[in-house]
Amino acid sequence: MAFANTFYNTIVKRNSVFVSTIFVGAFAFGIGFDMGVTAFYDRWNQGKQWKDIRHKYVEAE
Amino acid sequence: MLNHWCQVRFASTSSASSNAFQAALQSRATLASLSLFTAGSIAWYTHLYGTLPFIGEVHASGSHLSDEGLHPAAYPWSHKGLFDTFDHASLRRGYQVYREVCAACHSLDRIAWRNLVGVSHTADEARAMAEEVEYEDGPNGEGEMFQRPGKLADYMPRAYPNEEAARAGNAGALPPDLSLIVKARHGGADYIFSLLTGYIDPPAGVEIRDGMNYNPYFPGGAISMARVLFDGLVEYEDGTPATTSQMAKDVVTFLNWAAEPEHDERKKIGIKAVILFSTLTLISLYVKRFKWAPIKTRKIFYNPPVDKHH
Repeated sequence: MAFANTFYNTIVKRNSVFVSTIFVGAFAFGIGFDMGVTAFYDRWNQGKQWKDIRHKYVEAE
Repeated sequence: MLNHWCQVRFASTSSASSNAFQAALQSRATLASLSLFTAGSIAWYTHLYGTLPFIGEVHASGSHLSDEGLHPAAYPWSHKGLFDTFDHASLRRGYQVYREVCAACHSLDRIAWRNLVGVSHTADEARAMAEEVEYEDGPNGEGEMFQRPGKLADYMPRAYPNEEAARAGNAGALPPDLSLIVKARHGGADYIFSLLTGYIDPPAGVEIRDGMNYNPYFPGGAISMARVLFDGLVEYEDGTPATTSQMAKDVVTFLNWAAEPEHDERKKIGIKAVILFSTLTLISLYVKRFKWAPIKTRKIFYNPPVDKHH
């Protein structure tokens, strides 16, 4: 109950805080979720993607 | 009235004429003439259309197995799994095979040099390769068309300027454009790999015309394209031994990429979509149960009104 009260008092009470929490939360989740999936995908496909073999072909920049 | 009508009908079906009808139905002459009629119509139909309808489909594949071509085996492609990207080193080798072997006859119209950048080649490499090819551009200030070296935005050069020239150069057979060939053939990558590596001598009794080649995977068996991949035909820059099957695997992987350039990104988005949508489904199932719980568990009692006037 303490958590619910704190949650309500800090976030839900003022609509401006509530809405911006949702927006920032969605943004942060989007980035975090993408990073997580990409990390899994890159590990699953280790050595197969272009970024894994690019260093062999790119000349000194 | 109804009774009367029924009576009449009953009387008519049990009359002497009905007995005669039944007798005619069961006679040998009827049987013989019906059989003759059936045999005659089947003969007429098969004479007109060759085969009876639906009978052909019952058999494995019509009249000859070779009409459909041998079904290819399912090969363990490096990009086969739900989470698997293309093997980009293989794409690079496959491009080399396409350029040095296939491109002599087959176009790749839907792929531009820029598409290779970040997939199998660096921008500098792709630009250098494009500059080796002359493209017609224009008109210039005088209204003349002119030749210029290729740019990244140019599409792959074609082997023949048009379809007629391609047919004329290949004894009447058109080498198909390879941009979407993996999507355009039943069996996809497996089929093309089997086709490239499946050339054999025609079996006894199969006659192949001059200029045609026998390939059991090709529908009909006779294909205009001869076997082109032989061990050591190209020299891979990464030192991979260029066996026939290695080159076929690489070029088919490359053609699969050409048909589905979005493949890697698509699978990654697919992972995200499955996670998100299954989570949302679970949430909505939970919410439904949560909201319905009081409705499903309630009990309704009926208290009959008490008559207060007595």
